Amino acid sequence: MRTATARFLQSKSTVGYLLLAAALLSAPLFVSDFRLNLLAKFLSFAILAIGLDLIWGYTGILSLGQGVFFGLGAYCMAMHLKLGSTDGKLPDFMSWSGLSELPWFWQPFHSFPLAVLLGLLLPAALAVILGYVTFRSRIRGVYFSILTQALVLITVTLFVGQQAYTGGTNGVTGFRHIFGYSLSDPDVQLVLYLITAVVLIIVFLFAKWLVGTRFARALQAIRDGENRLRFIGYNPDTYKMVVFALSAALAGLAGMLFVLHVGIISPSMMGIVPSIEMVLWVAIGGRGTLIGAVLGAILINAAKTGFSEAYPDGWLYFMGALFVIVVVFLPGGMMSLKDKAAALLRLRTGRKAKVDTAKGGGHIGTSGMDSILRKTNR
Amino acid sequence: MESTIQLLFNGISTSSILLLIALGLAITFGLMNVINMAHGEFIMIGAYSVYVTQHAFSLLPGAWFDAYFLVALPVAFIVAALIGLLLEWLLIRFLYGRPLDSLLATWGVGMILQQLARTIFGAPNVAVTSPAWLNGGLQFGMVVLPYKRLFILGMVAVVLLLMYLYIYRSAAGRRMRAVMQNREMAGCLGISTRRVDAATFAIGSGIAGVAGCAVALLGPIGPSTGTYYIVDAFMVVVLGGLGKLIGTVAGAFGIGVTNTLFESWTSASIGKVVVFAAIVAFLQWRPKGLVAMRTRSLD
Repeated sequence: MRTATARFLQSKSTVGYLLLAAALLSAPLFVSDFRLNLLAKFLSFAILAIGLDLIWGYTGILSLGQGVFFGLGAYCMAMHLKLGSTDGKLPDFMSWSGLSELPWFWQPFHSFPLAVLLGLLLPAALAVILGYVTFRSRIRGVYFSILTQALVLITVTLFVGQQAYTGGTNGVTGFRHIFGYSLSDPDVQLVLYLITAVVLIIVFLFAKWLVGTRFARALQAIRDGENRLRFIGYNPDTYKMVVFALSAALAGLAGMLFVLHVGIISPSMMGIVPSIEMVLWVAIGGRGTLIGAVLGAILINAAKTGFSEAYPDGWLYFMGALFVIVVVFLPGGMMSLKDKAAALLRLRTGRKAKVDTAKGGGHIGTSGMDSILRKTNR
Repeated sequence: MESTIQLLFNGISTSSILLLIALGLAITFGLMNVINMAHGEFIMIGAYSVYVTQHAFSLLPGAWFDAYFLVALPVAFIVAALIGLLLEWLLIRFLYGRPLDSLLATWGVGMILQQLARTIFGAPNVAVTSPAWLNGGLQFGMVVLPYKRLFILGMVAVVLLLMYLYIYRSAAGRRMRAVMQNREMAGCLGISTRRVDAATFAIGSGIAGVAGCAVALLGPIGPSTGTYYIVDAFMVVVLGGLGKLIGTVAGAFGIGVTNTLFESWTSASIGKVVVFAAIVAFLQWRPKGLVAMRTRSLD
């Protein structure tokens, strides 16, 4: 752990990280309130992307259910904000649906700390339950992905169907204030942005520390050859459950921050399409590299906002094509471009080094990725 | 009593469509280890083929119009199969043995195809006029069995029979099974695995096209028609297990019937939760699904 920290501090890329953190924290000085709010949204997505990268990039488990965990966290925060905005009355959609009393499971959300705690614990608990039943019976790979996708489908159906308790298709909205401060006040939004940025930096540092530990080595071993790890005497199931719960909790955290910035959560934001889009951020940024996930989440969403304002139709073609190209021809995402460029340069200059095999890339993740590719693709 | 029979019939009818959709998925997944998330879009292609055929026939004298659906079936199959062949050649062949990547890449393809449909046919749903001979239904006391659903049931039975004959009774099917069981060995014995893959993917896509015809009969069709069914169809494949036709059939009827029953006993949303929990519970007992191919391979 100590060596990992030391290595991190000495590494060349640390300068880059520091610059990025400085840029994030000073962004309010340069951009308009509207753009700042958008950026805050993207930063909360980046927190989710880190969690997704831990489970997909480092452990090789593709969860298509992050939208559910994101949604659970978001609903927890939304319920708290809603209760804070009703002046002690029943939320509007409940009285429309004929409820006369607040349901028991809404009660804890009067308290902010409890709401935040539940926003982290509920997604994690759901992940542990699903992980327990699937990992234990050795359901993995695509089968696991499909099960998580089914989880998304039923959660969305449930949330839409139980209109009296969840607000149905419209979701929960109409928040006015938090701790007595108005949510539409630019100053409050600035503070919320800074909180999000700081949370993102903390989560990133935590993940960076985590991937240097023995725990993360076990995760990578699961990715590269789970059965071999089992034969050595490890129990991969526990590791997988922990990392799945962690990624779910991070998704919940992202959801909570998202609601603070956007002011609404509805089932359509946790559906199958958003869940796969989340995977897209990590894929394009570069799986197995934490910073790639962060950059992917921010850049893709920024591009999406820009593009879909200008060409609402063109964006879908572009995103689809990007997805295909990155997954098929550039499995390392943007972060592997650097290595590819270096390799190309070396070939150009005549030094015919066996670049691809000798140099697996500078990052922890890329070498593993290459080994997977070599095993399965060639 | 009557309501139970009606319920069972509805369940079987839902199952048959699920089966038709899952058949194509099962063979591409089983044979090539490719998860085709664009399968739903092939259903959409089939449905729009019916729509286009219908419009072409409306130009002919009136008496001809009622026959259009019989023409639409092979048209949908051929159009979907050709697009499938193109997709296999452009993309899928780079993805063999990378199931997770194939899942993501084909999802991107699905996105493009949906947007393409939106550009060509417009975003709003369009309705297909079903031929006159499919309106109405058989009446037994209180129970009504709509001709449309009976026709779909018969159609699925025919497709299933043809699939069976192709896979288990033809030389091409034998080659396909050989590649499925041991790709390298089959290649060594002179089977062109490339051609088998291409043919299989085309057939899987074609069957999705036929499923699109069934979907078009039941309601309006739109660019996102296929996505509605796709997750359920994947659950059929997971539950049924890979490699045997009978597993897919059992999985489809298991999910279709229990889904319909639970949805009528509880509400639609709770019913879905119960079915999902039941599937996960079942996988505890048989993780490889109902019918799994025996294998000695590790990882």
